[in-house]
Amino acid sequence: MEKTEPVVEIINIKKTYRRGPHVIPVLNDISFAIAKGEFMALMGPSGSGKSTLLNLIAGIDKADSGAIRVGGIDITTLSETELAQWRSNHVGFIFQFYNLIPVLTAFENVELPLHLTGLSAKERKDHVEMALGVVHLKERMDHYPGQLSGGEQQRVAIARAIVTDPTILVADEPTGDLDRQSAEEILGLMENLNEESGKTIIMVTHDPRAAQKAKVIRYLEKGFLSNAHP
Amino acid sequence: MLILKLILRNAFRHKLRTVLTIVSITIAILAFGLLRTVVSAWYAGVAASSASRLITRNAISLVFPLPISYKDKIRQISGVKTISYGNWFGGVYIEEKNFFANFAVEPSTYLDLYPEFNLTPDETKAFLHDRKGFVAGRKLADKYSWQIGSLVTLKGTIFPGNWDFVLRGIYRGKDKTIDETQFFFHWDYLNETMKKMAPRRADQVGFYMIGVTRPELAADVAVSIDSTFKNSLAETLTETEKAFQLSFVSMTEAIVTVIEIVSLIIIFIIMAVVANTMVMTTRERIGEYAVLKTLGFGGWHIAVLIFGESLLITLLGCLLGIASTFPTAHAFGESMGTFLPVFNVETKTVALDFIAALSVGLVAAVIPVRRAIGIRIADGLRRIG
Repeated sequence: MEKTEPVVEIINIKKTYRRGPHVIPVLNDISFAIAKGEFMALMGPSGSGKSTLLNLIAGIDKADSGAIRVGGIDITTLSETELAQWRSNHVGFIFQFYNLIPVLTAFENVELPLHLTGLSAKERKDHVEMALGVVHLKERMDHYPGQLSGGEQQRVAIARAIVTDPTILVADEPTGDLDRQSAEEILGLMENLNEESGKTIIMVTHDPRAAQKAKVIRYLEKGFLSNAHP
Repeated sequence: MLILKLILRNAFRHKLRTVLTIVSITIAILAFGLLRTVVSAWYAGVAASSASRLITRNAISLVFPLPISYKDKIRQISGVKTISYGNWFGGVYIEEKNFFANFAVEPSTYLDLYPEFNLTPDETKAFLHDRKGFVAGRKLADKYSWQIGSLVTLKGTIFPGNWDFVLRGIYRGKDKTIDETQFFFHWDYLNETMKKMAPRRADQVGFYMIGVTRPELAADVAVSIDSTFKNSLAETLTETEKAFQLSFVSMTEAIVTVIEIVSLIIIFIIMAVVANTMVMTTRERIGEYAVLKTLGFGGWHIAVLIFGESLLITLLGCLLGIASTFPTAHAFGESMGTFLPVFNVETKTVALDFIAALSVGLVAAVIPVRRAIGIRIADGLRRIG
C-alpha cells in the first residue's frame, strides 16, 4: 500500500492557554505530516500537549497560528459550522471513556453520525450492521452501553468512528480505561483497520505497549515534537 | 426521529427527578387554573350581561329607591322596547348563613328581558298566576331540595317579617355562564304587603331593567332616560347591564388583583423549579453534548434537545394539571355554593394554562441551552471520566 502521500499536514502550529494573567505555551511551532494509511502514536508526559494537538488535527480546537491541512483542506480557515460538517465527514473519534450516549443502544450509537449524512434508514442500517460486524458486536446491537463491558463499549465506539468511512481516525488514550485483555482486543482492531482497510490512525497514548502497535511513534514534550524518545 | 427519541429517553433518565418536576408543574397549573377560574367566576355576571339591556337606578346610590311612576315615562322614550323593575329583597332562608340572591320583580316583563332563564311553559304560567309564587335556579333548588309546590319562607332583612312563597318554576340557564342560584318573586306581593305594613315604602322600586330595540342605541337611550329625570327628586343613573355589574366587581377589585398576582407568582416559581431541573440535567450531560458536537451535530441540535426535553416535561405537567383542574373546580364550585354561582373552567383558562406551560418550558431552557451551546468541545469532553 502506498503510504507516502500526506493526508495530514501540520504547519507551524502554535497554541497557548490563558490561565488568568498567565499565558502558557502548549505547542511551539510544530510542523509534521502524516501519510495516508499511517498509524501514528503520539506519546508524551501529562500536560505535554498531545491531546491538544490531537484536538487541533480533529478540528475540535483552534490553533493560535499555523495551518492544518487534512485531505487538502486547511481546517484552520473553516468556521464552526463548516468545521462541524467537516468533522462529520472526515474524522472518526475514539475516546478514552468511550463516550457513548447511555440512552441509545449500541446500534443507535453507531447510527448517530449517519443521521448527518442524508442516507436512508435502510442504508443506515446496512452501514451500522457492517461496522458492528467489523468489531464483532453485531449480536449485541440492541444492548445499551450500561449492559456492555468496557471493552465492548470501546468496540461500539470504534464502530461509531468508522461507520462514516472517515479520512482519519483519532484516538485519545483508547485503552486507558481498559484491562489488559480488552486493551489488546482494541489495539488489534485498530491494527486491522490500519492494515486491512488502510485507515489513517492518529493515537495519543501513555502506554508503550499500545504505542508499539503503531507504525510511527512521535514524542511531544514541553510543546516540542520529536521522532525519538527524549 | 433521532432527536425525538433522545428527547423522550433523556426526559425520563432520572425518573424520580422528572416525576417530581412534573408533579410540581401539575400542582402549579392546577393552582393557576383554579385562581383564574375564581377570577372568571368573579366576572361571571359581567360576562353574562346583555348589550341590549340597561339598568336605571337612583343617581345617589343603589340603596335609594325610585318611584314606580317613572316606569311609564321611561317606556315612552325612543328606543325602549321592554321595561321591567324590581327590588333587591335581601331575605335569608331559615338562618343567615343560607344567603342567596333574591329579588322582587315584575314577572312577565322580567322573563321577557331574561330569555336565558329557561322555564317550561307550564312553569311560566303557574308562576305568573300565583302572586306568592317564586322561581328558583336549578342549583339553588337542588341545594335546598326544593320541588315544585314547595312552601318556602324567607326572613326579610330589608323588608321585615316572614315571607311565604310557593315554588312554581325551576329555571335552567341557557348555557354554563348563567347563574342558576337566583330566587325571584312577584314585585306586587312585596308592594302590596308594604302598603299595609309601611305605606311610605310602597310604590318604590330599587332599579329598572330596560330592554332597548337595538344594542347600538343603548348609550343614547341611557342619556335620554337620565335627562328625563334631571333636577327631579330622584335623579337616575342609567348604564348598561355590563357597567352595572362591573360596578359591583370594582368594589372587590383589590381581591381580584391579588388573585391575579398570586397566579402569576405561581408561574414564576414553577419556572424557577423547571429551570433548576434543566440546569442540573444539562450540567450532567455537558459531556454528551460535547460528544454530539464532536460528531458534527450543530448548536441547534443541542438546543432542540434541551428545549424539547423542557417542553415535554412542562407540557406533561400541564396536561395533568388541566385534567385535574376540571374535577377540582367542580368540587370547589360546589363547596362555594351561591357565593360564586358560576364556577366553570373556561376555554380561555385552559389556553392560559397552555401558554403558561409553554412559557415555562421555553424560558427554563434558555440558560441551559446557552451553556450547552457555548461550551468548547474540548472543555466539554474533559468533564467525562
